[in-house]
Amino acid sequence: MKRIISILLENEFGALSRVVGLFSQRGYNIDTLAVAPTDDETLSRLTLTTQGDSQMAEQIVKQLHKLIDTIKVVDLTEGPHIERELMLLKIKAQDNDSRTELKSCVEIFRGHIIDVTPASYTVQLAGDSEKLDAFIEAVSHMGIMEVVRSGVSGISRGDKFIRA
Amino acid sequence: MEHLSGGDILIRALKDVGVTHLWGYPGGAALHIYDAIYRQEDVVHLLVRHEQAAVHAADGFSRATGEVGTALVTSGPGATNAITGIATAYMDSIPLVVISGQVPSSKIGQDAFQETDMVGVSRPIVKHSFLVTKAEDIASTIAKAYYIASTGRPGPVVVDIPKDVTEPNRKVLYEFPSDVKMRSYQPSDKGHRGQIKRAVKTLLEAKRPVIYTGGGIVIDNASEQLTAVARKLNFPVTNTLMGLGGFPGTDKQFMGMLGMHGTFEANTAMHHADVIFAVGARFDDRVTNEIEKFCPMATIIHVDIDPTSVSKNVVADIPIVGTCNSVLREVMLLLEQSSIEQDHEALKNWWEQIDEWRQANGLYTASRYEESSGDIIKPQDVIKMLYKVTKGKAIVTSDVGQHQMFAAQYYLFDHPRQWINSGGLGTMGFGLPSAMGAKFAFPDTDVACVTGEGSIQMCIQELSACSQHNLPVKIINLNNAALGMVRQWQDMQYNSRYSQSVYEESLPDFVALAESYGHVGMKVTNFDELEDKMRECFAMKDRVVFMDICVDRSEHVYPMHMPGGSMRDLWLSKTERT
Repeated sequence: MKRIISILLENEFGALSRVVGLFSQRGYNIDTLAVAPTDDETLSRLTLTTQGDSQMAEQIVKQLHKLIDTIKVVDLTEGPHIERELMLLKIKAQDNDSRTELKSCVEIFRGHIIDVTPASYTVQLAGDSEKLDAFIEAVSHMGIMEVVRSGVSGISRGDKFIRA
Repeated sequence: MEHLSGGDILIRALKDVGVTHLWGYPGGAALHIYDAIYRQEDVVHLLVRHEQAAVHAADGFSRATGEVGTALVTSGPGATNAITGIATAYMDSIPLVVISGQVPSSKIGQDAFQETDMVGVSRPIVKHSFLVTKAEDIASTIAKAYYIASTGRPGPVVVDIPKDVTEPNRKVLYEFPSDVKMRSYQPSDKGHRGQIKRAVKTLLEAKRPVIYTGGGIVIDNASEQLTAVARKLNFPVTNTLMGLGGFPGTDKQFMGMLGMHGTFEANTAMHHADVIFAVGARFDDRVTNEIEKFCPMATIIHVDIDPTSVSKNVVADIPIVGTCNSVLREVMLLLEQSSIEQDHEALKNWWEQIDEWRQANGLYTASRYEESSGDIIKPQDVIKMLYKVTKGKAIVTSDVGQHQMFAAQYYLFDHPRQWINSGGLGTMGFGLPSAMGAKFAFPDTDVACVTGEGSIQMCIQELSACSQHNLPVKIINLNNAALGMVRQWQDMQYNSRYSQSVYEESLPDFVALAESYGHVGMKVTNFDELEDKMRECFAMKDRVVFMDICVDRSEHVYPMHMPGGSMRDLWLSKTERT
């Protein structure tokens, strides 16, 4: 099953490579990875998704904990949580029919058209990974030129929070 | 308050963290540091002949003493040569700090002369690593490095220092931090009380228990606690290769080593056990044999400092994360307070069963190899002789292969830190440099390096370092003119096709070689002269002696796990199996 693992780590030289290296070293796959500094610039927040049963997820969380630079590691899939991913798509839009169809599709999925040329639309869409997959499926026949996905970011529902 | 250059700060910080000596090899990027070493007397530098040996020697020192070992190398090839040593220490959880010079900061990333991304190259085999970017950070980084290396589950830490950071003309204020605090690293030590209570109840109700302990007992200096608990419960004890000496090897409760080349009684008892108390051991594949068939009836209590070791290979029924020492103390306390009565009848039966196994197939009670005579010298008998001559009191280091297993099986280690070998990584070449480290730590103790003609050639250049630093170790070379363990596997699994495992006529004259370094060389070809020569060897307290002993070339190590089997599925000799 899909796991969303959230990591708070020191924003230091080599910290990210240790996390990424751990996955290849231990034979786990990373499906998506999103990382950026937090409001406290000494800290980075990293969300990664991977596949695995509960025993594997437990082992991954423990291995991540063991890295000296990690402060908190949480498997968000253990509890109620929210996941979001941002996608930018460039799609062929050369005639009125395809432009109209694409506009309505974007509306249905609550996305935005953020750049227009005579030959293409660039669409911005946010949501969980399944929604983004569904949009790609819906517009794939129109000629997708480029897809850029940010990778999943996640946060737990309710008042619980992860801080140093 | 003093202002010092980066190089001087490094050496001062090493002194302030308690380092008295380090092993190393100079080179361009480390020269400011080497100049700082030259200008002081507090920290002694021991020059080796290859960086791998510097790390192994620091490692041997650490294993013999429990202190953190220190090595210093230069950038590029110096750093990459150190990698095998670092990986060796990592696999066996040995606390080391390895300092590497790096090309100047402005050159990093430019493929400069002798540039290697040391932090990157060493990443999977270190507990942690640092790249120091300014002289002001050196002292605090050194304090952190030693703290991280020696606490929690110990391990090697790399500190990579670009040359400009140790530049002599730039002086900054020297301040050594009074203590180390890291928000991201707070190793736990005490186990969960509720879990320990459950464990104690399970132990007291056990009918066929085995205490299975590993290197964690040695590392955490917990052998007294282990012995106390084992005696209190009257349980049989087995040790892993890394755990030998953690429980007295000559004790009647000791069943010997377990695992691939463990004793029949230890492996069979594990298979039939109803409770396994695993302390500071990690259910390595060389212990468990086929994991699906591992100890089918056992409730497993697993104590380890490292949460990732628990339920990694074998799911623990009662996991306890904590140091061996603290958990065993707590166990002892609860045992003393408990009102649960042990099932003495069941334990008596269990001991009778174990004694029966011992009598039938024990390594020491039912010897299966033919005795040495004349020019047939059995490697097992050499180890027994070593034990006899050194009265069981030597520190024994080993390389990797058949000789290592024979040493583990036949030298009965009564004390922790007496047995020093590369268990996890299995590094040939480890024996001689680690013996140097141990001898440096204990100059008045006999230090024997049990090796083979294959392994010794991987770090034989250190015979020169032994002369320079007066480290009179004794080399016990079990010479069978082949890579014995490789050949054994080729005998057993490849129909005796000896692919690249035989030296033919290419071996050096080890006696002449030792003599060329200024040492004493001895060749032994007849069993009748072994005892006298070995006594003569150990009588020469201040000399390195290289004993080249020609042993039976056809000998195999037994018992041996059958591939794909359970713990009790063993070859007992070339023709007998369980």
